[in-house]
Amino acid sequence: MTTGTGTATLTSTSSPRFRVDLKWVILGICVAVVAYLAVIPLGFLLWQSFFTPHTAAKPAEFTLGNYTAAYTSVQTAKLFLNSLWFAVGTAAFALITGTALAWMNERTNTPFKRLFFALALVPLIIPGILFTISWIMLASPKIGIFNLLLQRWFSTDAVFFNVYTMWGMIWVDGLHYSPMAFLLMTAGFRSMDPALEESAAMSGASLGQVVRRITLALSWPAIFATLLILFVRAIESFEVPALLGMPAGIFVFTSAIYEAIHRYPSQIGLASAYGVTLLALTSVGVWFQSRLSASGSRYSTVTGKGFRPRRIDLGRWRYLTAAIFIVYFLLIVAAPLFVLVWSSIQKFYSVPSAAALANLTLEPYRFILSHPTFVRAILNSLVLCVGAATIIMLVTAVICWMVVKTRIPGRWLLDNLASLPIVFPGLVLGLSIMVFYLNVNVGIYGTIWILLLAYVTRFMPYGIRYNTASMVQIHKELEESAAMSGASWASTFVRVVLPLLKPGLVAGWIYIAIVSLRELSSSILLYSPGTEVVSIMIWELWENGQYVELSALGVMLIVLLFVMVLVAQYLGGKFGVKEA
Amino acid sequence: MLSVRGLNTEYPTDRGPVRAARDVAFDVPEGKLFTLLGPSGCGKTTTLRSIAGLERPQSGEITLGGRVLYSSTSRIFIAPNERNIGMVFQSYAIWPHMSVFENAAFPLQVGRRRLSTAGIRERVMRVLGIVAMDALADRPATNLSGGQQQRLALARALVMEPQLLLLDEPMSNLDAKLRERMRFELKRIQRETGVTTVYVTHDQTEALALSHEIAVMNEGSIIQIGTPREIYERPRSRFVADFIGRTNLLDAKVVAADGADQYRLGTAFGELHGLSGDPLKVGDAVALSVRPEDIELSETRPDGPNVCTGMVSAKVFLGDTVDFQVAVGDTMLLATAHPTLRTPIGDPIFLRVSTEKCIALAAAGGNDGAVGVDFAQPGNER
Repeated sequence: MTTGTGTATLTSTSSPRFRVDLKWVILGICVAVVAYLAVIPLGFLLWQSFFTPHTAAKPAEFTLGNYTAAYTSVQTAKLFLNSLWFAVGTAAFALITGTALAWMNERTNTPFKRLFFALALVPLIIPGILFTISWIMLASPKIGIFNLLLQRWFSTDAVFFNVYTMWGMIWVDGLHYSPMAFLLMTAGFRSMDPALEESAAMSGASLGQVVRRITLALSWPAIFATLLILFVRAIESFEVPALLGMPAGIFVFTSAIYEAIHRYPSQIGLASAYGVTLLALTSVGVWFQSRLSASGSRYSTVTGKGFRPRRIDLGRWRYLTAAIFIVYFLLIVAAPLFVLVWSSIQKFYSVPSAAALANLTLEPYRFILSHPTFVRAILNSLVLCVGAATIIMLVTAVICWMVVKTRIPGRWLLDNLASLPIVFPGLVLGLSIMVFYLNVNVGIYGTIWILLLAYVTRFMPYGIRYNTASMVQIHKELEESAAMSGASWASTFVRVVLPLLKPGLVAGWIYIAIVSLRELSSSILLYSPGTEVVSIMIWELWENGQYVELSALGVMLIVLLFVMVLVAQYLGGKFGVKEA
Repeated sequence: MLSVRGLNTEYPTDRGPVRAARDVAFDVPEGKLFTLLGPSGCGKTTTLRSIAGLERPQSGEITLGGRVLYSSTSRIFIAPNERNIGMVFQSYAIWPHMSVFENAAFPLQVGRRRLSTAGIRERVMRVLGIVAMDALADRPATNLSGGQQQRLALARALVMEPQLLLLDEPMSNLDAKLRERMRFELKRIQRETGVTTVYVTHDQTEALALSHEIAVMNEGSIIQIGTPREIYERPRSRFVADFIGRTNLLDAKVVAADGADQYRLGTAFGELHGLSGDPLKVGDAVALSVRPEDIELSETRPDGPNVCTGMVSAKVFLGDTVDFQVAVGDTMLLATAHPTLRTPIGDPIFLRVSTEKCIALAAAGGNDGAVGVDFAQPGNER
């Protein structure tokens, strides 16, 4: 028997020598980081929107002018309508496509479903800028392959497709987000007890009645939540409005913000006013969505009994659904990837033809690999994605521990703070960080650290989500038994909590690394010469009209992202991580 | 050894604070196994977790081997990891990312006193040997059966040679057969190592089988402390008689004192001779507890006092015994008999109870106004 040497203490948290407990230091640092990251950009954006531009001649003054300018112009009304029209259209198109595909995939006996499910995830990997550019190459009036081929076949000059329109924007962005709708709705359908449908069928309902009155009626919360997520994503998306909308003069809030900043002189106040408006729109969407998921338990269709849902036999119609799958796959994976690969092996951009086949070359790859920016951009991107993913996962692990495992008062606030950046459109976040560090000079403006800061802020909510999901699964007795074994808080955290979190940590880390590699909308306002990342390099090549070189870089980026996803899948299988 | 004094714990809930432990006080002598027994929500786990330091009580004092672990008056609270108490959790809390050996070695690696790798290995293997797990040392902890997990949890709690061992319902996740075997095993290990132990359970059989002493708890308070035999044979309250084992509870009135602790008691079907631990006055209303196995049934009238006549109203064959439901006047009594007794339903039958098996409980012990007989089932029996 060992006997403790009467280490009587005043409280549990201070030791005899009043040594500051490591636990509270770490908790304090993490809380400070989260609060700083989440609050600063928002507060400063609001502040900035009420002030005139600060110049050497005149200091900033309080003004409502930015809002007056923003809200009294007809242009803003148009902007507002355009944004809503674009976002609602995109969300609706993505939702209908995604829901139909999810239903076919989950509830019917369409052939090759399993293969399709894997293929439908591929577009999630393709960065938005590359997807948009590939659709320009496919369907622009001048260089679009579809147009040129059809014109050749029918010997006419008529323009069949034009992506430089509102419908074109909705089409491209809707297609891009449809895999997300597909995944979310698949999850919704999977969690539904098939007995609910079977009992409707046994009550004499036809297939159509079952789908309408049971399946869709029960999926309603999932459908609406998905719609809201898609709406938020669409209204904050930047690539499509910038590449398709701006040349055609169709502006939405994101492109208007970008344009206001790149005007001379920069209209930062106006951009901030637009940014606040956009932020309000996304906040409303996110707020409704969280309300919906909070009340969603009323509709709870999950029985927790992992039933395999019954498949509906479509008979001969299953060939039709299979055909729909194939067409979808061609539109969303095959055609965009083909056009990128094709143009990446050309000397000059040209339509596929026998003549063009003779001109195949790897010159664009050589150009990119020897481009002075290339190595720097790759290194910057890697530093940023590894750094952001690591910082986020570790800090949010501590935050989630506090939120899930302790009864510290105000922990809900911490959770909300850390999730706050989810409402920030990337461009608005970039804007507010840019404005803040322009005014408060701590020496990071124009360096890679400001990008790191933006990435950590922007993707922090993902870390919270992954870590919360795994944290709630750790039984509290696993920690308590470590304490009873004599372990301090720090060694319990490092030796018990973190290892048990590993599946979630790894999955979240890779997810954040992937989205960091694709990040464009925050970076575009924060980069400077020397701190370009890969997506910025693509953007610059596009602006210079170097399409074939851009395609080569895009193909390499997609391959890299694809490898990362495969690694994630492999590790996921190994550690039992579920599809995120 | 362990001393708990005036322990009070409150939980905040939506409907105001709930007092989970009320003035809990007891002592556990060195080397003894002490059980906190009660239905779920009675405060036994709260008390145990307060001893462990996983919960902080409102007031009270806890000392272990002369060292104050918690005292509200002198504002002392030692963190759980500084208490040198081993604990087996209800879920066992085996860390799934470690092997059997690593689980058991953990307390020796994180504690204040550092041992050499060889020293750790030697102690871990010795303690794994005690729980017969040494052959599985290199196995991943996820590949263990329920019984093996429990042994490992026990080994992990014992490896740091704690001053005190806490067991929180360690049998509740095991199936019935295994539970019976582990009961012997646990008793052997506790007696061999001589570690002072506090055991929490809602299962009276476990409590009776393992303990040196039992504290029966209800609604946050300790109702009765005693040896297993005292608790079973001489309950002091209706709650204890009802909770431990099965019993018939009859309303009765004291008719006359009959010598030391003995009384004549009037019931709905006549007078019975019984015992009481509390002094009773003539005219006191009491509850009379008679265990089913203490009622002797016979088809011929036996000699002696405490005999009455009834009618068999139902029977349940249980293999080793038969439960008889016997109507005596308007009251129903439950009696257990040997299967050789085959009196048919509807036939008359004689009942006899010896004086020392008829326990009168003062009404203060929780007479909730029940009329007649209460065919009490032990709470939470699984």
